[in-house]
Amino acid sequence: MDEFIEGWTAQHGATRDQLLPLLHAVQEEAGHVDDAVVPVIAKALNLSRADVHGVVTFYHDFRRTPQGRHVVKLCRAESCQARGGAAIEAAAAQRLGVAMGQTRGDGAVSLEPVYCLGLCAIGPNALVNGRPVARIDGAALERIAAEVAA
Amino acid sequence: MKIYVSRDMASVALGADDVAHAFAEAGCDVIRTGSRGLFSIEPLVEVEMADGRIAYGPVWPGDVAAVLDGSHVNRLGRIDALPFFAGQQRFTFARCGVIDPVCLEDYAATGGWKGLNAARALAPQAVVDVVKASGLRGRGGAGFPTGIKWQTVLDAPAGDKFIVCNADEGDSGTFADRMLMEGDPYCLIEGMAIAAHAVGAHHGYIYIRSEYPFAIYTMRLAIERAAQRIAPFTLEVREGAGAYVCGEETALLDSIEGKRGQVRAKPPLPALKGLFGQPTVINNVLSLAAVPFILAEGAEAYAGVGFGRSRGTMPVQLAGNVRHGGLYEIGFGITLGELVNDIGGGTASGRPVRAVQVGGPLGAYFPPSMFHLPFDYEAFAAAGGLIGHAGITVFDDSVDMAHMARFAMEFCAVESCGKCTPCRIGSTRGVEIVDRIMVARPSSQSVRAEPVEALSFSSRKEGPSTGSGRTGEGYIDKALYSRSPSRIDTSLDAQSDLLRDLCDTMKYGSLCALGGFTPYPVLSALDYFPEDFGLAKSVQEAAE
Repeated sequence: MDEFIEGWTAQHGATRDQLLPLLHAVQEEAGHVDDAVVPVIAKALNLSRADVHGVVTFYHDFRRTPQGRHVVKLCRAESCQARGGAAIEAAAAQRLGVAMGQTRGDGAVSLEPVYCLGLCAIGPNALVNGRPVARIDGAALERIAAEVAA
Repeated sequence: MKIYVSRDMASVALGADDVAHAFAEAGCDVIRTGSRGLFSIEPLVEVEMADGRIAYGPVWPGDVAAVLDGSHVNRLGRIDALPFFAGQQRFTFARCGVIDPVCLEDYAATGGWKGLNAARALAPQAVVDVVKASGLRGRGGAGFPTGIKWQTVLDAPAGDKFIVCNADEGDSGTFADRMLMEGDPYCLIEGMAIAAHAVGAHHGYIYIRSEYPFAIYTMRLAIERAAQRIAPFTLEVREGAGAYVCGEETALLDSIEGKRGQVRAKPPLPALKGLFGQPTVINNVLSLAAVPFILAEGAEAYAGVGFGRSRGTMPVQLAGNVRHGGLYEIGFGITLGELVNDIGGGTASGRPVRAVQVGGPLGAYFPPSMFHLPFDYEAFAAAGGLIGHAGITVFDDSVDMAHMARFAMEFCAVESCGKCTPCRIGSTRGVEIVDRIMVARPSSQSVRAEPVEALSFSSRKEGPSTGSGRTGEGYIDKALYSRSPSRIDTSLDAQSDLLRDLCDTMKYGSLCALGGFTPYPVLSALDYFPEDFGLAKSVQEAAE
């Protein structure tokens, strides 16, 4: 990871404003931002460890633990709620066997809340492994469950 | 045969990729466009004929043959003749759904760069004057005049100035930013290049929320292709990291600088001390995307449309439980009822409309009795609401408004940046108060009587000592202690009073709109739908 960060800063610069892009890159590379990486990033950008830790923990996107092999991001915002989102949320948690905001014990799937994908007229919506899915109903939930079981 | 299929994230979510592949496999020349904005007919397929494009929708992968021979049941005819599109005034979204979004030739052929050319032929002050004359106001919610903001930056002495596009407006029920960035990215790039010329900036940032991966991809590609066209102005995309509060302009600046996205107290204004402490134009996607039209067609062409002090068009987004949801661009002044019932076609579930939330999670909930309201910044403000990003989320009669009020507080608690107390702590206390109301309201009282008692602060039953001891006897204000209640009043009336009091504190004590506007959905729910909180119906509604 040290090499990766070194290479990244050599290419993009080592100024403070590169912190978010670097964290995105680290997470993309490693799956999450491990606490052990924080001092490395701090040193690379000439920041304090507390600075970097503060940023990592502030933003919902940055994770300090590994994600499941499959990631289902389900929208919890008003527009999806107006189209039965709460019932789908409950059904998804049950069908996928994992509570909202958690990763299943076997590491197969993470169910994460997202506040608006901008697909508000065709909800309830989700991002399943990065692929947008609209109008989620029981049948769509079965297809998602089959995908994460694979 | 030329076939047009949208590559907008919403269309893809409904299966447009599979449809496009099916047509490509059948030997068609498939062009991927942005979305026209009517999602009830997506995935939409348009076939190029001698006399224009003929639309079919929705279309599924198995429908290729029926579309190609013209026999498909969902043949809609010429798309611009459909009532949904015929009634629109598309200034900003004119190209969206029509052209290949990242094709430079298509953009130039449909009037692209005309505004930038016109601007570069003018002195900076003259460009600012045109924007002022157009009456353009920030489309992000506050409605601040764009020309005034630019003037401030133009007048500010500085070594460096920046143009920042706020593409982090994550309001539920709004998707115009996403659609524009995916469907006509050069329009936004051109608007930013015009702004750069107007104020003397050399570099710009587009801060896009991470929830819009398609928009990030499209904008990056478009910036790369347009680099020579906008030079010496340079642009880059910055990806957000899932913090709603970064849609607030000062928090967004902190985020670009690599900090926690916390709100800065104003003044100083970002126009004077913004990004990296330099004068910065920070505008919303829709504000910047409106600029090329204004420079190309003239301030009068824009200002000639609208209502009162709200000039030009607004891309309204019909969302939630609505039959014909989508993007509808029209001049200000159309009524809320026309938008929901005539254009939106009422609810998708077929049940009666009960509430519409206008302006995202911080906007007010209005009942159908308010449908006469014209879409106009001032009219909405006078009615205790806000237009915000012009998202309209429709709810049918199955909605529980106490739950929605609770959700508004919960959202604020989750997304608060933590800088100011009314927002950080008030929102958490707000959730607790609504919880007490929901437990105590008549509909659930019988089954949940026990938790009410459990929540009634039994440990605090006794008031503090009234100071009978010797020490302090002299200076303890006994009157003050005698006023403190022996127990907290958990009656519905007392809790709703407390909720109003809390909202008042949040509204006037918060640094930014997150804490300051969360009271809008909460208080409007309480005002217009008191029965959902177990309170008596308002006098106004009882009289109806």
